[in-house]
Amino acid sequence: MSHISILMENQPGALSRVVGLFSQRGYNIDSLSVAPTNDSSLSRLTMVVKEEESVISQILKQLNKVIDVVEVQNLSDIESVSLEIAIVKLKITEKEAKKIIESAFPVVGEIINHKDAFVMIKLIGSNHEVDDFLLSLNKQKFLEVTRSGLLGMGTGENFLISESETTIEY
Amino acid sequence: MKKESGGSALIRALADENVDLLFGYPGGAALHIYDAIYQQDKVQHILVRHEQAAVHAADGYARATGKVGTVLVTSGPGATNAITGIATAYMDSIPLVVISGQVASHLIGTDAFQETDMMGISRPIVKHSFLIQSPEEIPEVVKKAFIIAKTGKPGPVVIDVPKDMTDPNHLFDYQYPKDIKMRSYSAPSEEEESNVDEAVSLLEKAKKPVLYAGGGIIQGNASEELKKLAKIMNAPVTNTLMGLGAFPATHENFIGMLGMHGTYEANMAMHEADLIFALGSRFDDRTTNNPKKYSLNAKKIHLDCDYGSIEKIINVDVSLNGDAKKILNQILNKIDPKNIDKASIDLWNNEILSWRETHGLNHDLLDKKFHQKQILPQQVIQSLYKSTNGKAFITSDVGQHQMFAAQYYKFDEPRKWINSGGLGTMGFGLPSAMGVKFAFPDEDVVCVTGEGSIQMCIQELSTCMQYGLPVKIINLNNRALGMVKQWQDMQYGGRYSSILYEDSLPDFVKLAESYGHVGMKVEDISELEERMDECISMKDKLVFMDVYVDPDEHVYPMLEAGGNMSEMRVSKTKKTF
Ligand SMILES: Cc1ncc(C[n+]2csc(CCOP(=O)(O)OP(=O)(O)O)c2C)c(N)n1
Ligand SMILES: [Mg+2]
Repeated sequence: MSHISILMENQPGALSRVVGLFSQRGYNIDSLSVAPTNDSSLSRLTMVVKEEESVISQILKQLNKVIDVVEVQNLSDIESVSLEIAIVKLKITEKEAKKIIESAFPVVGEIINHKDAFVMIKLIGSNHEVDDFLLSLNKQKFLEVTRSGLLGMGTGENFLISESETTIEY
Repeated sequence: MKKESGGSALIRALADENVDLLFGYPGGAALHIYDAIYQQDKVQHILVRHEQAAVHAADGYARATGKVGTVLVTSGPGATNAITGIATAYMDSIPLVVISGQVASHLIGTDAFQETDMMGISRPIVKHSFLIQSPEEIPEVVKKAFIIAKTGKPGPVVIDVPKDMTDPNHLFDYQYPKDIKMRSYSAPSEEEESNVDEAVSLLEKAKKPVLYAGGGIIQGNASEELKKLAKIMNAPVTNTLMGLGAFPATHENFIGMLGMHGTYEANMAMHEADLIFALGSRFDDRTTNNPKKYSLNAKKIHLDCDYGSIEKIINVDVSLNGDAKKILNQILNKIDPKNIDKASIDLWNNEILSWRETHGLNHDLLDKKFHQKQILPQQVIQSLYKSTNGKAFITSDVGQHQMFAAQYYKFDEPRKWINSGGLGTMGFGLPSAMGVKFAFPDEDVVCVTGEGSIQMCIQELSTCMQYGLPVKIINLNNRALGMVKQWQDMQYGGRYSSILYEDSLPDFVKLAESYGHVGMKVEDISELEERMDECISMKDKLVFMDVYVDPDEHVYPMLEAGGNMSEMRVSKTKKTF
């Protein structure tokens, strides 16, 4: 599994260029999250891909060539932290929800909405923790899930920030 | 400051890029732009007969001149017709700027008349693409497009222009930017000293080196540096199909093209080498045969401006990523002639010579000529070489004729051999020859083609009449899709599935004449040289020379699929394995 972080221009078409490099080769992207950063002209994209090392290193090179891509970082190659956020909707009472949250450890949960007969819970944890926890919910009679995909960031001096623009004259 | 509309700004920006020729075809979404073209005289528009040909013509122009080729097409079918041309340029890393009209912004996504998602369709075959979102950004986008197209690893760039962006009533102050700001994009540079040192040390140690040069040396204008390196080392040089002319074919160190239909000696040398220096070549599958069995005893150095091409197929000992000319100069500054193993390299050159003597290109040919009344396709190329003194621009289509041209026309200069190596696009030959002829009106420009390929863009005979383009078309007429037939002979027991025309070929002489050109038919070997001279000497006429060649001839050598570089068929009956 590779966890890849990409900084790219916040432009229409940029995302499809990046995703196209994977789909063109018949590779599936396991998870993908994308949103602008503090600089609204830049988007940060984080994805998880389950392919061999050699495949990943070739794709990283090709990603670097995409004009809209500013920086690429393979989080799997460096020390990094990662987490995932999920929202689940269950047909239970608030009381039952609280019990579920208590049992969720190490996933951290919180009730964020209660309407009609449904409760929504926000969950934060590592990829596997969230996986395991969701598995335990499978026996619930109603379950709707959305996940952020695995977010991540390199630790310490492993930055992924934009260098200043290069001016090209010719 | 003169005010411009989006349409006139677009054309003025092309003029500011010193574009002299714009190849294209009009249509609704591009009409404001066409009106702007009409009202100026700096950029000449060339009206082709099919958008594919517009792109191939711009491509031929770009390959021959080293400049960016420029194309204008309308939306929908105009854009989709351009796709084959764009893909052709993309595969061979040719700098193009292709401007496509698009339906008005408010109609995009509504399945409007002649709407097609050009950004989407072209995405995997462009270096980059832009959708114009305001007329004011047009000058800057054009500037970016040209820089992206021609720097680094060159490639085609699409600018998709919705019709409302070119509205003649919307005027704004025009200024062409001197420079542009782009995050993340930078032109390739010199290589780190340490890598250059490692490369030099491998070159100095080599006993059996091969310099394996591709199209990157032509695009990087690094032929002189390559010649210097070959001279210092006295090393054999082979060129890829795309690299022909990067190193002079008549040079004593040249061992011919390598690969699928490379010379016996070049492929053997690749197999037996102890050092392969790949220069602007990308270990394409047509030049490596089975990568798992590829030149196992050789150390490998790979110089390429594209980081992504390094270690894509073959792992290397030293990688040199950057501008070929700069890096070769770094090497030339460091390599010490005293350290080179001259004695071993002399032995190596002799070994290569002995291979040439056993199965070199002319070996079997000489033999055949005695038994044969039909014209051999190889002889036509040899005759063409003689009549043009080896100095013509040769464009080609795709098939056996292409390989014969590559093998038998000895290219001594870069940019003279123009063919679709990567995509292998039949139909490329004639339109690309037009582009070359526009750029070099006083030079001989010859399209070597087959009766199959020429019919894929034959409509351009009309364009040649309109603009008076006296290109020469040498049609190696074997009455079949010859290259396919060869494979069917070799691998499908001679079951000729869909490769014959059943007497439906046109009379090419009459066809050429109907466009006001000269047609010639040659069937007899005794006439060949004289007719060829006659053809080439008609400087202001397009001549279509239809040469009936032996329909049963195959292209050899041919690497055996799945084998290593020494496993070749060298004739219909002889193989090396
Ligand atoms: C557009 C396109 N369609 C199909 C092919 C596959 N193809 C490669 S060579 C060839 C035969 C070409 O015939 P011709 O132009 O007569 O050349 P010959 O091989 O006979 O010299 C074909 C069909 C191709 N390269 N390009
Ligand atoms: Mg043919």
